[in-house]
Amino acid sequence: MESLGSIITYVVIALAIIVFSILAVTTRKILRAATYLLFALFATAAVYFKLDYEFLGGVQIAVYAGGIVVLVVFAILLTTHPGSNSERLASRSRRLGLLAGLAALAVGAYSLITRCELLASAPAMSNPDMDTIGTALLGSGHNQYLLPFEAVSVLLLACIIGGVVVARKR
Amino acid sequence: METSAILILAIPLLMFLFLGLAGKYLTHKWAGILGTMGMGITMCLAYTVAFEYFFSGNQFFIDEAGNRLQHVVFNHDWLNFYDKLSIRIGFLLDPISAMMLVVITTISFMVHLYSNGYMRDHHGVWETGFQRFYAFLSLFSFSMLGLVVATNIFQMYIFWELVGASSYLLIGFYYTKHSAVSASKKAFIVTRFADLGFLIGILVLSFYVGFYGEGNITDAFTFTSLTSVPVDGIADTYHVSEGTAQMIRGLFENSAAPMFMGASVLTWALVLIFMGGMGKSAMMPLHIWLPDAMEGPTPVSALIHAATMVVAGVYLVARLFPLYLMQPTALDIITVVGAVTALYAAMVACTQIDIKRVLAFSTISQIAFMMVSLGVTRIDHSTALGHEVHEGLGYMASMFHLFTHAMFKALLFLGAGALIHAIGSNDYTAMHGLRKYMPVTHLTFLIGCLAIAGIIPFAGFFSKDEILTACFGHSTVWAIWMAAVAGLTAFYMFRLYFLIFWWKEHKVHEGHHAPHDQPWTMTLPLVILAAISIVAGFVPFGSLVTWNGHPITGDGFLTNLENLNWGVASLSLIIAIIGILVAMVMYKKENAIPERMHNALPNLWRWCHHRFYWDELYQFITHRIIFGLVCRPIAWFDRHIIDGTMDAFAAVTNKASFAIRGFQSGNVHMYVWIYLIGAVLLAAVTMICVL
Amino acid sequence: MEINALYYLIPSLIMFACGVYGFITRRNMIAMLISLELMLNSVDMNFVVFNRFLFPGQMEGMFFTLFAIAIAAAETALAIAIIVNVYRANNDIDVRDICKMKF
Repeated sequence: MESLGSIITYVVIALAIIVFSILAVTTRKILRAATYLLFALFATAAVYFKLDYEFLGGVQIAVYAGGIVVLVVFAILLTTHPGSNSERLASRSRRLGLLAGLAALAVGAYSLITRCELLASAPAMSNPDMDTIGTALLGSGHNQYLLPFEAVSVLLLACIIGGVVVARKR
Repeated sequence: METSAILILAIPLLMFLFLGLAGKYLTHKWAGILGTMGMGITMCLAYTVAFEYFFSGNQFFIDEAGNRLQHVVFNHDWLNFYDKLSIRIGFLLDPISAMMLVVITTISFMVHLYSNGYMRDHHGVWETGFQRFYAFLSLFSFSMLGLVVATNIFQMYIFWELVGASSYLLIGFYYTKHSAVSASKKAFIVTRFADLGFLIGILVLSFYVGFYGEGNITDAFTFTSLTSVPVDGIADTYHVSEGTAQMIRGLFENSAAPMFMGASVLTWALVLIFMGGMGKSAMMPLHIWLPDAMEGPTPVSALIHAATMVVAGVYLVARLFPLYLMQPTALDIITVVGAVTALYAAMVACTQIDIKRVLAFSTISQIAFMMVSLGVTRIDHSTALGHEVHEGLGYMASMFHLFTHAMFKALLFLGAGALIHAIGSNDYTAMHGLRKYMPVTHLTFLIGCLAIAGIIPFAGFFSKDEILTACFGHSTVWAIWMAAVAGLTAFYMFRLYFLIFWWKEHKVHEGHHAPHDQPWTMTLPLVILAAISIVAGFVPFGSLVTWNGHPITGDGFLTNLENLNWGVASLSLIIAIIGILVAMVMYKKENAIPERMHNALPNLWRWCHHRFYWDELYQFITHRIIFGLVCRPIAWFDRHIIDGTMDAFAAVTNKASFAIRGFQSGNVHMYVWIYLIGAVLLAAVTMICVL
Repeated sequence: MEINALYYLIPSLIMFACGVYGFITRRNMIAMLISLELMLNSVDMNFVVFNRFLFPGQMEGMFFTLFAIAIAAAETALAIAIIVNVYRANNDIDVRDICKMKF
């Protein structure tokens, strides 16, 4: 049985996720969409915190909310003419989009409700401490992740170089 | 001691990196001075280390009975594979490595100094790539020093290849010259081919020793555990022991497959290792690269292709000598290869007209002397012309000859370099009668010739005498054979000497100033090496360098003279003098005798002049047989079957792409829809299958 | 009330559906990118939830999310570089105008 505070927190987070996600894809001002995305990401970070993955929550805020959204906002400011809204959608394309979204929702919901093991109650939670995470991240043994870690670092490097090359003025 | 040892290796390496990376920001002059100073410091350190090893009486280096010990100064794990196999880099100090330290650093320093003068033209303009030259010299010195102090076969192999690589770089120093490039390629490929045998030998040896012994493969590579036993109570110190070698022979004999194709596996391993030595030391039939290697600058020939690198093969055999002692068959093979090479190279040297080629063949012949000397070494007692021969004399004689030969052959090469520098040609026909123009070069060259011919009291006399004594102790046939080669040596060296400095007076060509002696940077090394060549014979090698550290003669400056086996000594002396006299009669004054000799034995002369057509034989084997019969079908297969298959794949892909490219409409939303429908369908199918 | 895995998966699913909707209806490339981020994020959340509720002793889900975040960052950066470049060429980032990328 959860405490009342926990339930309230959950309700707030879940509502935030749903509302901001919907707003992010329906608003006509692109800068607002980015802001709603930011809130949705914060709500996700809150889920991580609530599930006791503090490190992951921190990474989510730092990289996603702090890094990616800022990047998106920069891109918006660079590429959007001030004051311009996106044009109102034709009802046909909105219907098609809704259809697709609902199809995805239906497939997902169907697979969720047919899995009764998902109704299992939460086991005792333990926050993986930084020591464990660090060892797992830089170890080369079983269930340790040095190789993906290095692969990601190479990927990021390649991405930096690629970004510079692509966006550079010729 | 450890600091000095590390510095001996580190200074040339750092100098290589520094001159190689920063060389182009230095002036030529400073690059030369820095390189020379670096080598000078290394030389001083090597001298201190060697002096301490031989004369300090420290318990690490000599035991109470006066036996010299092997001391591992340091030995670090370098590559760790698992607990039983790691490759180490270390510093092993024993009589031969201490001696080699002295030889390498001395010659290298002389060559560094000499190159300051040599690598310029007549007007003092530096050659292009001068800094690169010094960088490569330092790299070579580093590799060679690392090779001789190796504590295990793998370290030796690594440095062995490094030496080969730096030799390649230096032979091809004038890389715009086609002949230099092909010579460097030839040297690299031939020695690499030989190293294949070396590697297989190492692997066979380590397989048997490592897996049938205590299971520690690292030990199977380590020299001290292959040939020696630890000294009680003193860390890192070992004594060369016949017992260890016998134990290893036992391992081979008790193994699952002690014989292979009629010879014991140990013999095979040792002969394969010797094959590596044959490549580096230019023994027949792998000698063909050395004469061509003379395309490199002359100081390089003096350092690498006369004094140090080419004796690496001898050093390798000496390093594993207790194992070779266990397999007389392997030693016999070494003797035969050495003796045949010695005679062959001496005969060819009599007919060459390029002075560096003469010296190259003379080097091959002299190294063959060292090989023979190792090959005839046995530890049972024997007699030579009525005198008793000490056990293991041949080993000591070989090392002694290595030492003296390095000195006087470097002297001869540097002298030849001075002549080439003055005349601008390698051909002695352009020289003739230079004695008045270049007195210093003349005198030092004469000393070098006397030393190599084996005239008392020059260095070569003593070492060659010991070799002949050792040969007599083993077999009279080989002894007479080698004595004949020694006579030929005296003949061809003095033929060269007389043809350069006498024959007829030098004609100064129009527009040329007369040839003259060189700046001090070039004459000083000549004088120093000449001085060493005079006195080196008196070094009491018998009490310094022996195969098991046990001295075979007493100490003292004049011991070598007192301990001479005068029977053998007078024989070799007489032969040498006959050789010199014949050369004098034939070549001192311009006359018709050489021409008549040539006409009397045209076939012999032609074969010798063309080096018995070895190069042509190799050319035939590689081009006609290997390229024509093996490589060409393979190339055809590669081009048509393998490439053809790949081309077919590419063609099919190309055609198919053309057919379906219309799907790429460029409309992103179209792609999204297709993707989405696909994903939903896939999910639906998955669910239907699972449920 | 017991908050089980389903309670977290349903908001995540809605987030994903929003992403799909946005990705299809939007014409602005940056808005499409934002929708893409929403989808990625909901998948990340699923990993974490599965990790927490189904395999509580392990950390695979968490690490997968961690690496996915890093890769998402890389992908976004590159996408934005491309978008800026497209803008430079077209003076517009409407996805319908990028029809030159065909055969």
